[in-house]
Amino acid sequence: MTNPHKPGHLAQISQLILANPMNLIGLILFGFILMIAVLGSALAPYDPLTTDSAAILQSPSAAHWFGTDQLGRDILSRTLVAARLDLMIAISAVGLSSVVGSVIGAVIGFKGGFWDGFTSRIVDVLMAFPLFVLALAMVAALGNTVINVVYATAIINLPFYIRLARSEVMVRRNIGYVEAARVGGSGDARVLFRFLLPNIASPIVIQASVNLGWAVLNAAGLSFLGLGVRPPTPEWGIMVAEGARFIASGEWWVAAFPGFALMLTVFSFNMLGDSLRDMLDPRMRT
Amino acid sequence: MMRILLRLLSAIPTLFGVVLVTFLLTRVLPGDPAVFFAANPSMGADEIAALREALGFDKSLPEQFGIYLIDLAHGDLGRSVTTGLPVAEEIVRRLPASVELSVLAFVLAIGIAIPLGLAAALRPGSLIDHTARLISTLGVSVPTFVTGLLLIYVFYFRLGVSPEPIGRLDPFLFEPDRVTGLLTVDALLAGDFEIFRAALAQMLLPATTMAIFALAPLTRMTRASMLGAMGSEFIRTARASGLGRGKIIFTYAFRNALLPIITTMGMTFSYMLGANVLVERVFSWPGIGAMAMDSIMNLDYAPLQGFMLVMAGIFILVNLATDVAITLVDPRAAK
Repeated sequence: MTNPHKPGHLAQISQLILANPMNLIGLILFGFILMIAVLGSALAPYDPLTTDSAAILQSPSAAHWFGTDQLGRDILSRTLVAARLDLMIAISAVGLSSVVGSVIGAVIGFKGGFWDGFTSRIVDVLMAFPLFVLALAMVAALGNTVINVVYATAIINLPFYIRLARSEVMVRRNIGYVEAARVGGSGDARVLFRFLLPNIASPIVIQASVNLGWAVLNAAGLSFLGLGVRPPTPEWGIMVAEGARFIASGEWWVAAFPGFALMLTVFSFNMLGDSLRDMLDPRMRT
Repeated sequence: MMRILLRLLSAIPTLFGVVLVTFLLTRVLPGDPAVFFAANPSMGADEIAALREALGFDKSLPEQFGIYLIDLAHGDLGRSVTTGLPVAEEIVRRLPASVELSVLAFVLAIGIAIPLGLAAALRPGSLIDHTARLISTLGVSVPTFVTGLLLIYVFYFRLGVSPEPIGRLDPFLFEPDRVTGLLTVDALLAGDFEIFRAALAQMLLPATTMAIFALAPLTRMTRASMLGAMGSEFIRTARASGLGRGKIIFTYAFRNALLPIITTMGMTFSYMLGANVLVERVFSWPGIGAMAMDSIMNLDYAPLQGFMLVMAGIFILVNLATDVAITLVDPRAAK
């Protein structure tokens, strides 16, 4: 079955993308970074782990476009290969917290009562914490592994999704289509999952896309401090941390290129988030 | 007044929750600290047991929590096992360093963000609007540890205009007599302008690093809120009455646009204080973020708990201050 609205939708979306050059730039950048994440290891000219004692701390050259680090490893290759890991952490953390958070938020917003009050208080407590340090402590507590970085990042993002989904559901709880569904014989679960959740999807998607860049920064920050991903795994945060030692002696390229990759990634996510907001939520368009 | 008191009271459950969560969290941190600190191989099993007893780890969790609460009520935040110092003392010593840095960063961020947001809102779609969006999106996209390193490279290594990016003051200079703990203020109180300049120079790079990151929310909120205010009917009326542009923008529109901006300021400030762990690491800043970091790395619970509590306390106070500021700006909000 074809959807009669589809071509109109696409045309509208492409118009919105073209209307603001920033949206287009964001989209192209996003595609570029996604491509690197998928093809990273195939594009890398060298093995990211092979050390070369003859080529230590060389500045960028034709052989090593991004230079080499303190062990003679090729920084271009390491930067390219790292993309997948950094993106995977961010996407799984945001995926996890947005799904879990919106279900919790939707349920308590729908049901109200004791659990609503109880959960909202927990959310208040979580929000009063310095969230980055909370993530640090959680990774230290759960164990210093990549999957725990994902969990920690997901947990510190949960409150935002719970609050958002809760308030969006509360607004719609007694709206016409919900009543219609009830009259039609739908139970609580069906009303919630079949009618309410799809209708609050767009604010959640917007929040998630904005959140993605933040999650990348968070994960890279953790590994910059030595938690989560461990050397010699190529990962942007670790690479910047290794390069930090050489900044004050002038070997800028060790930290600069992975740092630039981080910036570009987060930038493209943020641009994408803005564009999505423009497309999905006309009310917030300014 | 009543309202402020009520707000303070309503923060108590949150504060209690924070105490409970930090306590539980630090108890699930791995490693038995007694064994860890008994790293001396000559220590036998009974000595370790004695140490555990001294640290209170032999009691049940609820008992430990009860003892912790009683200590807290006496202002005792425990003792760091690595340094042997009381945590409260350590926090009092380190907090001014973090506060001084964050306040300077905050002032810098506001000084840039508000004019930028205003300019963008007054000419939506113009070059300055796009530039403002680009700058703020870029600012929030660069990790603070990268911005910090970049600034060090340019201003310390290349241009040589910044002092060595380590700590709060050149080790060859003497710290002024401690009054507030804020080096710049203490230097001014002592009338020592050389120290004042040196301390300020030391703060400039880390503060700029933090300010760049804080630009985005402030600029965006200023722009959005100001756009909303400029589009409202009372502005149209003011225009129609022939009021001057300056009066319309600042007296009428900006004052009305200020509420969400103040709220964002409060959020940004608490966030900055909590998130400067990374900046403190890059600039070897002896603040409380660095203390929390050391505490996590050394499995030393007490300072981490102290840090979390102080941060939550500041968070609640900043929320309160935001509330009070909003009431002052817009008396209607007091209802």
